[in-house]
Amino acid sequence: MTAPSRTVAPGTALLEAHDLWKSFGDREVLRGVSLDLSAHEVVAVIGASGSGKSTLLRCLNLLEPIDDGQILLGGEDISDPRVDADRVRARFGAVFQNYNLFPHLSVLDNVTLASRVVRRIPRREAERRGMELLDRIGLVDKAREHPDRLSGGQQQRTAIVRAIATDPEVLLLDEITSALDPELVAEVLDLVRSFAVDGMTILMATHEMAFARDVADRVVFLDAGRILEQGTPAQIFGEPREPRTREFLARFTA
Amino acid sequence: MSGVATPTIREPSALELDRRVFRRRQSKRSVLIALASTVAFAVIVWATVFNTPGWADVQRSFFDPATFVESIPRVWEGFLINLQVLGFSVITVGLFATALALLRTLRGPVFFPLRALAAGYTDVFRGIPLIIILFLVGFGVPALLNIRIPLVVLGTAAITITYGAYVSEVIRAGIEAVHPSQRLAARALGLSYARTMRLVVMPQALRKMTPALMNDFVAMQKDVGLISVIGAVDAVRAAQIETALAFNFTPYIVAALLFVLLAIPTIRLADWYTARLRRREQTGSLL
Repeated sequence: MTAPSRTVAPGTALLEAHDLWKSFGDREVLRGVSLDLSAHEVVAVIGASGSGKSTLLRCLNLLEPIDDGQILLGGEDISDPRVDADRVRARFGAVFQNYNLFPHLSVLDNVTLASRVVRRIPRREAERRGMELLDRIGLVDKAREHPDRLSGGQQQRTAIVRAIATDPEVLLLDEITSALDPELVAEVLDLVRSFAVDGMTILMATHEMAFARDVADRVVFLDAGRILEQGTPAQIFGEPREPRTREFLARFTA
Repeated sequence: MSGVATPTIREPSALELDRRVFRRRQSKRSVLIALASTVAFAVIVWATVFNTPGWADVQRSFFDPATFVESIPRVWEGFLINLQVLGFSVITVGLFATALALLRTLRGPVFFPLRALAAGYTDVFRGIPLIIILFLVGFGVPALLNIRIPLVVLGTAAITITYGAYVSEVIRAGIEAVHPSQRLAARALGLSYARTMRLVVMPQALRKMTPALMNDFVAMQKDVGLISVIGAVDAVRAAQIETALAFNFTPYIVAALLFVLLAIPTIRLADWYTARLRRREQTGSLL
């Protein structure tokens, strides 16, 4: 169901970031980050808070302008100021730490808004698909409720299917469980896992090391705006090369 | 933040330099388009207004340089009365409106009469035209008390009655727009209701309501010109007198210019203030 709508020639990356730089004022947040993402790949970005995880994700879908570097999506240079940024963002799905659901819209309208307005799918069809997605997360009976009436876990699952509803090529997840109660984390991660199994291309910034180890194909350790090391979960969690990585991971397993 | 990044001095890549050239070219193009459309607009205005057969007459009776200069001292003198009323009104409206708004946010059945009174007050006095309040206060109150009251005081009172009702609604909306979790957090820290309002709710509410308050303030700046109807020789009345003396409407333009000059700094200040707040509370870009 969630196979990417556009396919890329095998061997080439779906999303490529080359040497990204980004500062806020005189604070350098990204200092030359290069990252490739193949179709159907699940990549977890780990690192301390302030290491640039969120900024990296936001730069990739053009929510934040980069100071230098290049971003290619499906071979197209999306960091070129000539491209229509709205059209590019529509090709990404994004889920935020604090859900960011629209409180004035019902759960179903939250899920179908972009399909109807951006992709111009007729309401009836968008809602049929929206209900399918809500069924998948067990919230069909909440479709007409407003998001404030839902639990945090239900809200975040709604936010995930809202991002999925437009069939994005890449799903960006920005610490989506950080604001959740521990007992609600599992239901959200299970949903992400099911989309990963479906073949969705996912880039997630996360503090859930167990989940990253379990679901990610590749783990990237970001430190002070640089990728310090990356590799398979077994490699990063089992035998990290860099002392900084070991130090960081030690704090999570302590 | 772990590992503070040391600022790196580095040359932007050729690609980034290209993008900058393109953006600069784009902004240059926007400026040119703006310029062209301004010129086109000016030509249209010239053709449709200044070229009309009646324009010469209008120019003579509304934009006469000699009358303009001659009427400035009198109109300015009147304008000082407007400024006085405005100055007093800002204070009285502020206090009165805040009190009304707080009355309306009081909880508990004990306060029902106060709440109802405040609600009724805003309903009634937002509904009555300011000019009627001016007549009622300006001629009714002196008659009632049978004493002479300075027109500045009467004008201030009338404006306070009307604008108090408007502004209190803005303040109430601002207070209610502060998320309830903020009150919870403040009360949980042991702050009293009054302190919660003063230290936590009001500062945040003030930010939300600044644009609306400034809007009301600018409206009030102009409405102080209405005190001429109760006999005050303010800028409007002075202009009227000058107009009658000179058989020329230019003094009204003088008065209008003074009011505009008064409003512009306020409008700019409000824009600057809201922009500053937004910058301070938000990192990253606005989309």
